[in-house]
Amino acid sequence: MTWTWFHRLASPPYVYALAARLTPWFAWPAGLLIAAGLWGGLVLAPPDYQQGDGFRIIYVHAPSAWMSLMVYTTMALAAAVGLIWRIKVAHAVAASCAPVGASFTFAALVTGALWGEPMWGTYWEWDPRLTSELILLFLYLGYMGLRSALEDATRADRASALLAVVGVVNVPIIHYSVTWWNSLHQAPSVMRLSKPAMPASMLVPLMMMLLGFTLFFAAVLLVRLRGEVLTRERSASWVREALSA
Amino acid sequence: MRSFLDMGGYAAFVWPAYAVTLAVIVLNVVWARRALARSRTAARQRQDRGETP
Repeated sequence: MTWTWFHRLASPPYVYALAARLTPWFAWPAGLLIAAGLWGGLVLAPPDYQQGDGFRIIYVHAPSAWMSLMVYTTMALAAAVGLIWRIKVAHAVAASCAPVGASFTFAALVTGALWGEPMWGTYWEWDPRLTSELILLFLYLGYMGLRSALEDATRADRASALLAVVGVVNVPIIHYSVTWWNSLHQAPSVMRLSKPAMPASMLVPLMMMLLGFTLFFAAVLLVRLRGEVLTRERSASWVREALSA
Repeated sequence: MRSFLDMGGYAAFVWPAYAVTLAVIVLNVVWARRALARSRTAARQRQDRGETP
């Protein structure tokens, strides 16, 4: 096996062109899956036998919560690669993840509150799952704040990467919070080792939303990555050619 | 249609949850495109001035 593909991924002009080419391949399937998932979740899936139509919040809450964790993990991995091998493109990936992750963490918290009020009788509780998810939002905001506070790009990359890597301990805490502690929040019904606890008519739209959101993240990441690469490379000679294309 | 919008009495929770999530999706598209456009403009100006890092 050759590693040339891996080395090319560290080359800014290659990544810039590749990101532009790949974006529609993620964006279109994402749009179609989310549209189909919305239809399936709002119209085709039957009401829950306990929660009635209130359970339909799952189709926006679970994918948002999934994004909050998956995007953070991607960000921390990219940051670690950037720190260890000093790859500029990896730092650009990490920086591109943060606003996306922060916005979906916000969506997970808001949709969770809107689900909590009718089912638990409260919008908010200082519960392990809810509190650790709120800390995740602060980690994203801290990461973005740290980046914008540091003038020098290399220093901003390294300092924020360190924060992202240290903060990754919060990811398993969020995931296992409902098993480790007594939580209001239910245990996982899809992301678990045994069979999902849901009939197919409810599960299929949820899977479509989860996959659709993931592909959407990839598409947004690729657009942002091009911007980050351009900013870092704005004096390089390849940029003139790339901009005129 | 009426009963669909009513969401079995949960309309006040279901629809805002969907609205917030869809807003986040749309804003992500807008913000990402705007960030790229800004970087392109800044890079173009830098190239035109012929600056070195």
